Order: sequence, then structure tokens, then C-alpha cells
Amino acid sequence: MIAEFKEKVDEILRRHSCEKKELITIIQEIQKEYRYLPEDILIYVAEKMDISQSKIYGVATFYENFSLEAKGKNIIKVCDGTACHVRKSLPILNAMNKELGLSDKKKTTDDLLFTIETVSCLGACGLAPVITINDHVHPKMTPETAVDLIRTIKKEEAQC
Amino acid sequence: MSGTMIIDGRKVDYTNQKNILSVIRDSGIDLPTFCYHSELSIYGACRMCSVETSKGEIIASCSEKPRDGMEIFTNSPRIRKYRKMILELLLANHDKDCTSCDRTGRCQLQKLAKRYGLGKNRFPQINKDYEVDNSSPSIIRNPNKCIKCGDCVMVCEEIQGVGALGFVHRGSDVIIKPAFNKSLAESNCVNCGQCRIVCPTGAISIKNETQKVWDALYDKNIRVVAQIAPAVRVALGEEFGKNPGEITTGKIVAILKKLGVDHVFDTSLSADLTVMEESEEFINRLQRNENLPIFTSCCPAWVKYAEDKYPNLNKNISSCKSPQQMFGTVLREAYNQKDFEDGKDTFILSIMPCTAKKAEAARKEYIHDGIREVDVVLTTQELAIMIKELGIKFDEIEEEAMDMPFGIGSGAGIIFGTTGGVTEAVLRRVLKNKYGKDDFKIIFESVRGLESVKETSVNVDGREIRLAVVHGLKYADNLIKQIQRGEKQYDLIEVMACTGGCIAGGGQPVPKVITKETRMLRAGGLYKIDKSIQIKSSDDNYAVNNVYENILKNNRHKLHNHK
Repeated sequence: MIAEFKEKVDEILRRHSCEKKELITIIQEIQKEYRYLPEDILIYVAEKMDISQSKIYGVATFYENFSLEAKGKNIIKVCDGTACHVRKSLPILNAMNKELGLSDKKKTTDDLLFTIETVSCLGACGLAPVITINDHVHPKMTPETAVDLIRTIKKEEAQC
Repeated sequence: MSGTMIIDGRKVDYTNQKNILSVIRDSGIDLPTFCYHSELSIYGACRMCSVETSKGEIIASCSEKPRDGMEIFTNSPRIRKYRKMILELLLANHDKDCTSCDRTGRCQLQKLAKRYGLGKNRFPQINKDYEVDNSSPSIIRNPNKCIKCGDCVMVCEEIQGVGALGFVHRGSDVIIKPAFNKSLAESNCVNCGQCRIVCPTGAISIKNETQKVWDALYDKNIRVVAQIAPAVRVALGEEFGKNPGEITTGKIVAILKKLGVDHVFDTSLSADLTVMEESEEFINRLQRNENLPIFTSCCPAWVKYAEDKYPNLNKNISSCKSPQQMFGTVLREAYNQKDFEDGKDTFILSIMPCTAKKAEAARKEYIHDGIREVDVVLTTQELAIMIKELGIKFDEIEEEAMDMPFGIGSGAGIIFGTTGGVTEAVLRRVLKNKYGKDDFKIIFESVRGLESVKETSVNVDGREIRLAVVHGLKYADNLIKQIQRGEKQYDLIEVMACTGGCIAGGGQPVPKVITKETRMLRAGGLYKIDKSIQIKSSDDNYAVNNVYENILKNNRHKLHNHK
């Protein structure tokens, strides 16, 4: 693990005094930092907290929200709750997947720019169908507007 | 807390039982369970122990405390239906290829399915076809037979402090395996096999190597020489209807001869060699006051645990090879010339109570020019499989004696198979002529028994020597942490990975109920053999002197690991 990572992880662990009951919060903060849970960091945390690797891996795989695979810079969440579903959220998902060459199994682009996930309800049913990109809400989407959004981001990314 | 419960209409007094399940079982009802082991924490996953209360609630009796005046039913129509349904659901995604399963006949799932008269399953069979993990030299993990009771996870975490196995994913996707998709061989598994002892099905089994032994036995150009570890002789009988602790040494020898083994020797002889070497090493370290405390090195699961978790303790672990490897070394020396003369190869078979011994024999430092010190390690369980295959009637076979010159061990060598035994054996040698008989009795009492950590101190030439005996790696881990914090100080520490020592090893027959009592009885068997042997101390064993003078000569260093 590179030193810069270690410093950040140590700081997170210090804030929670390596307390076993804080495990979930600690992994959440690590995920916030790296957008996913890198294996070597989890192994390091297990050692520091004196818990088994199996235990930390068990917690990390139990919750849907934790990811053990690297995620893209732009995380797109497509709401597929009841309201969004009846207002045709799936065509939006399919259009975006097609645009980025992704599928149910492959959720992140190879250039690590985009990750597409579905969520059960974002709690904004009045705005259905909804997607969020990096927690920014985009209401009343259509497949076309969603693909446009992706293209805009791609353009911006290409510029910087 | 004491009180009275009403179980199936009958008044039952309880005193300090920790849960309703214990009260029910103590009252003479064998309530079924998969996930409950009295020595592990309560998980409440399998729901087989469910009972109905007078209020019509269904509760898991393992997870509830008894209450005064409480009325429960263990076999109401609802409970019977409920229990059957659990079994049906478990069987619906269980690999039911029982005829090829190692655990068949001893499988708890099979037993309960039979007991509750399950017919054709009304649920469709759903098999996920998980990959079988064959990577470990000691155990095989087959997730297709797993019922997710969590027993293996708990014993690995709570008793062994290893945590090689864990729950991965959740709900119907849950699978029990090592972290980060590693195989068992890549994980921190120490090969102790305790998971296989608690597993109610064939999901974790011993890597069966009996075919290799059959092949060697049938080959006329191969001389098969066997060594038998102390703990095997007090447990093998359980596979043939005997009680734990019943001594079957003579029968094992006779059976091995019948199988075609040329010579049968006693690992307690090499345990004696270990005592000689380790005592000397210990006294040397004491005189130089370096690398103390010395940790024993007989238990390969402990050695691997220490290597993985405490590499800085490497210099503290005794350099002695384990008795199994010492015997392999001696036998190779002894048969080297003879093999050359006869144009034969010697195949060294060792019969062990332990799955980790398989991994030990496969370690690279015990292979010289492609030849292993020990060719194949069979566990007690595998020997029982071979005996059954051969069709030998265990009760009828006449006992035979071990072969000379390696067929005799001292009482000290025999008790190596139980916790405290190695320490006692070393003390018998080191303290010889230094204490009276009564003092010995007191000292030895303090290292015997099933207490997790036993401590004692003795006086050798004016110096106080502090000893600790620990079994169960979790307790060893705690002890090491205490030492590192400076809270405890010792000179010698005996560590055995399995609770109770080798007598309760992962390769032993699975007891009907895993309790302290089985361990006590098996250990009792070893102490009984010890009593019957005239030679109490390893240095009095003339067979040991023979090994030093006529076999090893200047090669004594071969009994050690040179790190």
C-alpha cells in the first residue's frame, strides 16, 4: 500500500480509536475516500483492528452499498423504485448502458469514468423517473436526455 | 437462577442452565440442532431447536433463557411441521450425492432427515454448483454440502482465533469461505481441522489419502513402515462402537500388519527424542538467558499460526522437529542402507490424530532431494475407513505388539498426545532426582486437565522456572499479547492448537457429542497407558539410546530445523 493511502487510513482509524464497533463507519469512510474498498486497505484495517480478514470481508460483502471493485469517477444511480419503474426507468438504464458499453454484469467503464448502478428508491418519486450523478439529482429523465448528460460529461472530461 | 418449567406437560426443574435447549436436553429429550455447540457462542440460525410456547409463539430454544412457570411444547403438530419444513428446505439445495460423501452415515442432516421420516422433497432441487476447494493439503471444502450453520466459522474464530472462514454475501447468496476469494491454501488456515469436527455435514472433510497407501501396500518393491501417534490409540475404537479413551494399540498394530504394513513403530519413541532435544535446548537457553520463553514446536497448526501472525516469535519457537518428522528422519537414516541392499524403497506412513500433520509432512524443509521424510499422513479417521474397506472385524482381531527397535516409548512420550503432556514429559526429564514423589504429583496435577491456560513454576538449581500450558489458539494468542504487554513472564510455553491437545485433533473420529467428557476420557486413556509403562522418563528409554548410538550417530542435528 502506498504511503499516502496509509496516512489517510491511519487517520480514519485514529478518529475511531480502532474500536471494533465502529467497523462499519470506518469502512464507510474508506469507501468515501476511494469510491470503493481496495483489498490491501481492508487487510491493513483488519490487522490494525485485530479482527480477522474474514470478518471485515463478511461485512463488506453483506451490504449492497459497499463495493470491492473500483468505481468510476462519475457514479450514476438509476432509480428503479415503483414510481420510477412505472414511468419507464428501465429504458433509461438500457440507453445509458448501451451508450457506455455496460451491462448488468459490467457496471464500470474500463477508463474508470462511469459506473452505473440501480437503486430501489431515491425518495424523489414526484420527480420520477430520476437519476443521480455523483449525488446530483436529475429529474424527469428520458433515455435521450440521459444519454445527452453522459455525452456532456464525456466532453468535459476530455477537456481537462 | 432456578425454577420450574413445564415441558410437554411435565414439570421440569432447572438450576443454572444457560438456555431452554439445555433444560430440554437435560430432561431427557434429544432436541435436534445443527448450529448449536455448547462451547461456541449461540447463533440461532438453524431453527431446528424451535419449540412452541403455551401462548402459541415459536421460539428458538437455544436463544432463550428458561423462565419460571414457562410452558413449552417440543413436539406439537406445528413444531413438527415447522421442523420438517426446515429440513426439506435445507435438503432442497444440498448436494445429496450421499453415496460418494465422506460423511455419510455420520451426517447430522442425513440422520435428522431419517429421524423425521422425510419422503420425497416437495421443493425442487436447486444446486448452485459451487467450486470445491481442493487446495489445502489437509481439508476439502465443498460449499455444495454446506447448510450455513456457521459452526466452522465460530470454532475458527472463537476457539482458534484464526478466522480463516467467514460468511460472504448475504441472504440466499451467502457462502462460507475465506476472505477475498482466496482458496484455503492461500488463506491463513492453519489446517487444524476443528471446522471438520463441528461441521454437521460433509461440507468440510479430511483430504482422503488412503489410495496412496493402498498403492504402496500393493507394490512389492515398496517396504511400508508405519508410525502411530499416541492419541490415535485412544480414539480409533470410537469408529467401532467403543467408548472414547478405550486403548486399542494392539489391535491397530495387528490391523496394520494385516493390511500389509511391514513394520509398525510407535511415535511416542520420537516424542521421547523430542523431549531429549527440547530439554537440552531449553536448558541451554536458560543458561544463556536468550530466546526465552521457548515455545514448543510439536504442533504444526500452532507453528503455522505463529509464522503467519507473530513472525518475530520465530526465534522463540523450539528448533526441534515434531515427533512425526523426527521419526521420519530417523527411519530414513535407518533404512537407507537396507533399501540399497534390498533394492527396495521405504514408504513412511504416519497415522496421526491431526489434519495439520498432512500439511507439515508436505513442508519444503521436510523434503530432501525430492524425498519426503514422511510419505503419507493418514488421520485416525482415514485408518478407520481403510479398516472398514478391508472388512476386518475389529472386535475379533487378536492384539499384536509393536516392532523393535522403534516400537517402544516411555510414559512421557505417550502423554504427548494431550494438553500438558509435553510440559510434563520435559519436566520428568529436567527435574529428575530433584524433587520427591509427592512434589512431582503436585507439579504434574497443575499441568494436567482441560483448563485453557495452566501455569506452574518449578525450581531448577536455585532458579525459578515459570511454565505455561495453553490449548486453543485463541488462548495462545491472548497469552502472547499478555507477554508482549509485559503482564506475564514465562520460560517455557507449551502450545497445542486443538482444545484438549492431539486427542481432540481434527483427524480424530467425530464424537457423538463434542464435549469436555470425550476429551477427558481420551486423555484418561493416555494417562492409563502411561501408568502401565515402567519407563516414565524419556532418558530411561533404551530405544532412545539405541537411536542416538546406532542410527543418528553424528547426525543429531538432523532432528532440528535450521532456520
